[in-house]
Amino acid sequence: MTSTNFSIRVSKIKRLIKWAALLSVIYAASLTYLIIDLTTPAEVAIVEAPVDPDLIENGIHMRTGLLEAEGMMSVVTNCTSCHSAKIITQNRMSAERWNETIKWMQETQGLWDLGGNQEIIVNYLVKNYPPTSKGRRMILENIEWYEMEL
Amino acid sequence: MSNLQRFYSYINLSFKKLKRREFVKKATLSSFAMLLGAEIIFGAKLPKDYTPLALEGVDPFAMFNKNKGMTVLNDKPWNVEPKVHLLNDNVTPNASMFIRNNGLLPEALDASNWTLTIDGESVSKQKTYTLAELKSKFKQYTYQLTIECAGNGRNEFDPPAKGNQWTLGAVHCASWTGIRLKDLLNDVGIKSNAVYIGFHAVDQHLSKDPKKEPISRGCPMSKAMQDETLLAFKMNGKDIPMVHGFPLRLVAGGWPASVSGKWVNRISIRNKVHDGTKMIGAYKVPSKPVAPGEKVKEEEMRIIESMPVKSIITSPKTGAILAGKSVIINGHAWAGELEVSKMEYSIDFGSTWNSCALKKPANRLAWQHFSATVKLPSSGYYEIWAKATDSNGIAQPMLLPGWNPKGYLNNACHRIAVKVK
Repeated sequence: MTSTNFSIRVSKIKRLIKWAALLSVIYAASLTYLIIDLTTPAEVAIVEAPVDPDLIENGIHMRTGLLEAEGMMSVVTNCTSCHSAKIITQNRMSAERWNETIKWMQETQGLWDLGGNQEIIVNYLVKNYPPTSKGRRMILENIEWYEMEL
Repeated sequence: MSNLQRFYSYINLSFKKLKRREFVKKATLSSFAMLLGAEIIFGAKLPKDYTPLALEGVDPFAMFNKNKGMTVLNDKPWNVEPKVHLLNDNVTPNASMFIRNNGLLPEALDASNWTLTIDGESVSKQKTYTLAELKSKFKQYTYQLTIECAGNGRNEFDPPAKGNQWTLGAVHCASWTGIRLKDLLNDVGIKSNAVYIGFHAVDQHLSKDPKKEPISRGCPMSKAMQDETLLAFKMNGKDIPMVHGFPLRLVAGGWPASVSGKWVNRISIRNKVHDGTKMIGAYKVPSKPVAPGEKVKEEEMRIIESMPVKSIITSPKTGAILAGKSVIINGHAWAGELEVSKMEYSIDFGSTWNSCALKKPANRLAWQHFSATVKLPSSGYYEIWAKATDSNGIAQPMLLPGWNPKGYLNNACHRIAVKVK
């Protein structure tokens, strides 16, 4: 009958719409994929993280640049979640001044109580990053000599 | 190529693509666009809830458009320094400007909805301006302004001073365009008891605690009201790069760079010396001279204001082996609030000094350019030392200036090494 025919037609159209919707979703998704991929600026180089986050090569902890020695992992765990290890390895301080720095970080920067780890950390820092005397003026070192064009 | 090889290379390629996609997802669209200084055209098609910008694992030179010869002192927060020879331009381009951050970069910056609020005890009535209003309502000025990090040269102090170990490159003189802070403050209405301004900005504290500000410094009203103290929205004729404070920053030439707040959205007019983060415990030196390594109490420290006289030889790069017995040197000299009145060089460790040609500054607080033809008497190793003298007759020391606990204000003479064949 006409009403049955009508409902068959309706369900056919419904199916058609569903397919069309599905296809357009797939189309949109693949388009988005392409767009994102194409708009990724080529000059943004991606430094691949080492496979093992605690990989050590030639005595250096690759992820942080810290020297491998007793207590290093305590430093990695407690000191590098808020700031870069680079601010540690740049500095040279006595045990007293490292302890003061830790106290300052606890008072103002939200560092937690390090418990027994504090001594391990400070010992590691003093031993592996000791201050060296620079005097009133350092001699010029590590000069890269080059022929100068006239 | 066998089918198997083709299959492997296909897999490999797909894997790389996936990695790139992961990276893009990690970047919030707006900050990504800011960082690259370019619009992402299809931005609207990306969902809003991407994870915050993950800067680790990204090449900072590409991200900030910096010269690859720069040194990354710190990557969380970002602190990047050029070698001194990269500062040879008269007006420093973005590529060789040092990056100094106390906190994490803002995650999203929307210039179209940017507002600046002026509040504080000494403001007649709190007032908020849109960025568009600031640009249209007030006259714009362009100045070349020298901004030097107070800790530039920290690496030389003995005993070592704590912090980023800046060498010589934490200084630049770019061309800044903006409105005079004084014009804005006059429009707002400032009470006669105003003492200091303090800026607030949208960068994040390293701990990500939203209640903490990474830095909130300022300057006395006298500096705030100077003609050259700008609220800038352009650097070298273009929008300020994201890492240098887009879309609005303070520029207070001749003073520690930390006064020139980036990403500023609020300025408080204080009836006392501003007490924001890093006004206390940082950017201070002993009021009276101290012995190297001596402990100094906070109340015996004074806030650094005008930076001292200083100069750098930017050409040639240190290490030049010369074919002849002469070389042309050039560089820049600056003196905080003052002007440099004399520029000299020495090839005999200060026994004798010769004068350099010295240009007047482009405007007050801009660095000045010097040059000289240096004659070298014979073959051998030489150091060319440069010394600037300010308009008050104060010169740079050849030795390190007075030690201070935080390692600020090292204005010792710069020198380069050369050899004559």
